[in-house]
Amino acid sequence: MLQVDFKKQLDHFSLTMQFRLDKEILALVGSSGSGKTTLLNCIAGIVHPDVGEISLNGRTFYSEEQKPLKIQKRKVGYLFQDYALFPHLTAEENILYAVPKGSNIAHITELTKILGITGLLGKYPHQISGGEKQRVALTRSLAAQPDILLLDEPFSALDDANRDWCQNELLRIHEQWQIPIIFVTHRIADAEKLADRIMRIEKGQMTEETAR
Amino acid sequence: MMVYDLSPLWLSLKVAVISILFVFVVSLALARFMTRRDFFGKSFLEALILLPLVLPPTVIGFGLIVLFGVNGPLGILLEQWFGFRVVFTWIGAAIASFVVSLPLMYQSVLAAFEKVDPRWENVARTMGVSEWRIFRTITFPLAWSGILAGLILAFARGIGEFGATLMIAGYIPGITETIPLAIYFAYEAGDMEKALFWVLIVSSLGVAAITWVNYWRKKTAIRIGRE
Repeated sequence: MLQVDFKKQLDHFSLTMQFRLDKEILALVGSSGSGKTTLLNCIAGIVHPDVGEISLNGRTFYSEEQKPLKIQKRKVGYLFQDYALFPHLTAEENILYAVPKGSNIAHITELTKILGITGLLGKYPHQISGGEKQRVALTRSLAAQPDILLLDEPFSALDDANRDWCQNELLRIHEQWQIPIIFVTHRIADAEKLADRIMRIEKGQMTEETAR
Repeated sequence: MMVYDLSPLWLSLKVAVISILFVFVVSLALARFMTRRDFFGKSFLEALILLPLVLPPTVIGFGLIVLFGVNGPLGILLEQWFGFRVVFTWIGAAIASFVVSLPLMYQSVLAAFEKVDPRWENVARTMGVSEWRIFRTITFPLAWSGILAGLILAFARGIGEFGATLMIAGYIPGITETIPLAIYFAYEAGDMEKALFWVLIVSSLGVAAITWVNYWRKKTAIRIGRE
């Protein structure tokens, strides 16, 4: 269970967030610069709120009373906008970057098969397409078996066919992994197809929450 | 052309290589620290690091003599602890080379680190990877071509150092005679042929270094590619 209740002052407004999320898929919609990515960054630990609390499964990520939990200790899978694949490593090295040598990688092998990237593993990021990068980055974010998955505009670089396919795979992965997933999107259709809940953020305020 | 004593070449290489090793380590540590920390007096500290770029070499030489001279605070310490003198030795030349090449290397390394997209480091952090490993496997390799260019630039600057070297190390043939000093004193003595010999040697070193850097940057750019 993810519990979020914090405030953070941004340039032109204050981001005020309060919600709980079980093992569901939550879509964040809203115009650019409304605070969606900042919410993901606060959960991941890249930036910190000013006041409030964030916790996941009873582990406190942020609270005013104590030092914020280090990013490395949060067990968060984060798929950045534009994927942020390491350009000097192959797809395989990207995926296995944080996986200790000799550990069981059956779940990763299965993911590469499900997502159809087995043939790309030896290639560098600049040698593969946007859709392929997205699937490599998704596999990488799941490789360390995170407790929560954060996806920042995961489908923006994909054409319609690829988007549909990737969304179906994401639903399958969610069913199998049973972890909370939060994804940012500009397309309300994506949110309606994938999400159990949809949250609209405008100028830092949650203005709407709808169930699927 | 006459055959000249090549000791200025070997001495210049020794001075430049030893100083560049220290420049490399110190500039990496400084640039890493400066890109990650904000503190009171940061601009002042940065100005101090870059100061040798704008000071006349004689001022740097004067400062080094005050610090490392026989009666200078660091000079006394080094003589008491390790039993060696800096003035009129090749070590003085290496220190002068270090001081003038550090700001060039620092600037290159800082620029190279700033070019590394912080998202790469952040994504590695979310994967649970330690800061040291992120530096070794992400930040450093991605900044390497900029760091290498800085190294070559700083090395060339170190090998060409003249004014401060002359002040702290003096001109003692065979002991502190680096190539720039050899050129100056050959010219002073009217031995234009010898001066030209060393001019050609040092110019060839410069051309070779720049050509190699350009080749290397192209090669690594192709290998790494762009995301």
